[in-house]
Amino acid sequence: MKILTGNDLKTGAVVWWDGTGWSKYVNSAADVGDEGDIIIAREEGARRVFAAYAIDAERSADGVRPAHIKDRIRAHGPTVRDDLTLNPGDPDTSNWVI
Amino acid sequence: MYKYDTYDQAMVDARVAEFRDQVRRRLDGSLTEEQFRPLRLMNGLYLQLHAYMLRVAVPYGTLSSAQMRMLGDIADKYDRGYGHFTTRQNIQYNWIKLEDAGDLLADLASVEMHAIQTSGNCIRNISSDQYAGAAAEELVDPRPYAELLRQWSSFHPEFMYLPRKFKIAVIASETDRAAMKLHDIGIKLVKNDAGEIGAQFYVGGGMGRTPMIAPMIREFVPLDQLITYAEACLRVYNRYGRRDNKYKARIKILVHEIGADEYARQAEEEFAHLLGQGVEPPIAELERIKTYFQDPPFEAGAPDTLDRSDPDFALWVDRNCVTHKQPGYISATISLKPVGGIPGDASADQIRLMADLARDYSFDECRVTHAQNIVLPHVRKADLYVLWQKLDAAGLGAANLDRIGDIIACPGLDYCSLANARSIPIAQKISERFAAQEKQDAIGEMKLKISGCINACGHHHAGHIGILGVDKKGVENYQLLLGGSEGEDTSLGKITGPGFDEEGIVDAVEKAADVYLANKQGEERFLDTYRRIGIDPFKEAIYD
Repeated sequence: MKILTGNDLKTGAVVWWDGTGWSKYVNSAADVGDEGDIIIAREEGARRVFAAYAIDAERSADGVRPAHIKDRIRAHGPTVRDDLTLNPGDPDTSNWVI
Repeated sequence: MYKYDTYDQAMVDARVAEFRDQVRRRLDGSLTEEQFRPLRLMNGLYLQLHAYMLRVAVPYGTLSSAQMRMLGDIADKYDRGYGHFTTRQNIQYNWIKLEDAGDLLADLASVEMHAIQTSGNCIRNISSDQYAGAAAEELVDPRPYAELLRQWSSFHPEFMYLPRKFKIAVIASETDRAAMKLHDIGIKLVKNDAGEIGAQFYVGGGMGRTPMIAPMIREFVPLDQLITYAEACLRVYNRYGRRDNKYKARIKILVHEIGADEYARQAEEEFAHLLGQGVEPPIAELERIKTYFQDPPFEAGAPDTLDRSDPDFALWVDRNCVTHKQPGYISATISLKPVGGIPGDASADQIRLMADLARDYSFDECRVTHAQNIVLPHVRKADLYVLWQKLDAAGLGAANLDRIGDIIACPGLDYCSLANARSIPIAQKISERFAAQEKQDAIGEMKLKISGCINACGHHHAGHIGILGVDKKGVENYQLLLGGSEGEDTSLGKITGPGFDEEGIVDAVEKAADVYLANKQGEERFLDTYRRIGIDPFKEAIYD
C-alpha cells in the first residue's frame, strides 16, 4: 500500500494521512493508491502539513508498517528513549521498528 | 569570558524580531516552505526525523553559568526535558515547535546567545580547545582570537553564501584537542624565532565523504594580519570553490584539486591585495577582546594536594581531571557518557546542576567539548571532592574520559533525517560490553567514534576505532575503521573490510581490543600498537 507522511506545520510533529485528515498514529494511515501527489499538493497548499511524501507500507493484523526503517522510526519515535515514543514505556514497540 | 557590547546585542535582538516575523508569515501563508526553509536554516532551525530541531551556537564551547542554566530551562520550557551536546561544541534540541521558535530565540538572546550561522553555507561556530585559558602547556589563550574571528565572520556579507559550509578551529597548545587539522581552516597560535606570537594556517581539512587532513599553507601570520589572511583564504575559496556539485564543494576539494602550493600562492596573492584594503580590525579591538579573557582571581597559595582516600574519587580524578596552569587548581571533565547512556545527552536538571557547579566551583564558567562532554575549567583542588560527590549523585560521575566508554556518537537514525543507520544503540551496547572497570583500564586510552552516515558528524574517520553506519538494502550495517586520530598526530582510519550487523560490530570491537591487548608493548596505546603492527592482525582476528 502507499501511505502519506509529513510534518505538522506549527509543531513539526510527524503525521500520517488517514483519508480525511492527519493523524499522529501510523496505524490510522490510509492507502492513497495513485492519489498521493494530488493530496500532498492540496494539503501543503492549505498549510495543514509540509514536507509530505508517499511511502510503501504493509497492512497486517498488527497495523500499518512502513517498509523502510527510517519511516518506522518516524512513526514510533527514537528507539533509544522509550519514554518519548507514542507508546511510552512499552519496549515491544522498539522491536516493531527493527 | 566575552560579554556582548551594544552592537552584538542589537544584532542578535534584531535577528530575533526578524525571525519572529518570518515565522508569523510562514504560519499565515505569506511564505511558502520553499521560501521559508532557507530563512529558518539561517537561524539554526532544521527539520529532523521527528520534529524541528534547533542548533544553538556555543562560541568556542564557552558558557557562563547563566547561559548554561538557560540551556536547561529551554530544555524544559520548549523541548522534552533534555538537550544534546554536539561534536561542534554546540547544543541541539530535538522537539521544537515552530510557533515557539521566536520566544525561544528571545530567551537565548537574553543571555547573549543565538542560533545564527549554525546552518547554511556560511562560516559556522568557531571551535577551540576546551581547556583554553587553563591548560598548563598552552602558549596563549586561543579564545580572544576565536572571538575576533567570530565577530569577523558573523553576518560577513561576502561569506553568507559560500559554495558550502565552513568550519574554523583555533588552538594554542601542542596538544590538539579540537581536531584542528580536520577543519576547513585550522589555526594554531605559535611563537616564531623572534619570540612573536602569530597564527599558523592549515587549510582544506575535513571529514565527511571525502576525509582529508589539512596541509599547512602558511607557517606564520602576524597577529595584526590574522583577519586579513583569513579573508584571503575565504576569498579564494568563494571564487573557485565548486558550486556545481555539493559533494565537491568543500574547500578541501579545491585545495586537493589545485594542490596546496597553488592554493597557498593564490591566497598570498589575495592577501597582498587585501593588505591595502583596510580589512584588518585595529589591534586595539583584539586588545579589548582580550580583557574579557583574563584569568579569574585565582587564590594564591591554594592547597595543591588532594585527599585520595576515597578510591572512587581518586579514580575519577585520575581519569577526568587534567593539570591546570595555576597551582592549587585543576580542570575537571564531566562525562556525559554513563554506562549505557546516550552520548552527549543531558537532562534539564543535569544541565542546571552543571550551571550551578560552574558558578560555585569554576568562576562561573564551563565548556562544551567536541567529545560531547562538559568541562569545569578552573576548580580549586580543595573543592574537588565535594564537587565530585554532587556530580556522582546526579549520575554525572562517570570516570571514563578518553576511555572506551567515552564514545562520540552522532544522533544517527534515531533523530537525524540524513542518517542511514542508528548510532546511539551501538554506543550503548559497546559501553555496556566494556563497562567493567578492569576492561576499561586494560585498554587504556581509546577514542571510539560512531557516525550514522557518511557525513561523519560522529568523526568516525578520526577514531582509534571508528564505526560507520550504512544502509545495506534497507538494513542497518556497520563498517569498522581502525587507526584514526584527531589529535596532533592526525590520521584517517582504514576500513577493515565487510560490515557487520548490530551485534556483530560490538563483537568486532571486542576482537580489535583483544588484538591490541595481545600485542601491546610497554606503554603503547591502542593507536600506537595499531601503527606498529598494521591492520592485518586485526583483520585476521575480526574476520576469523
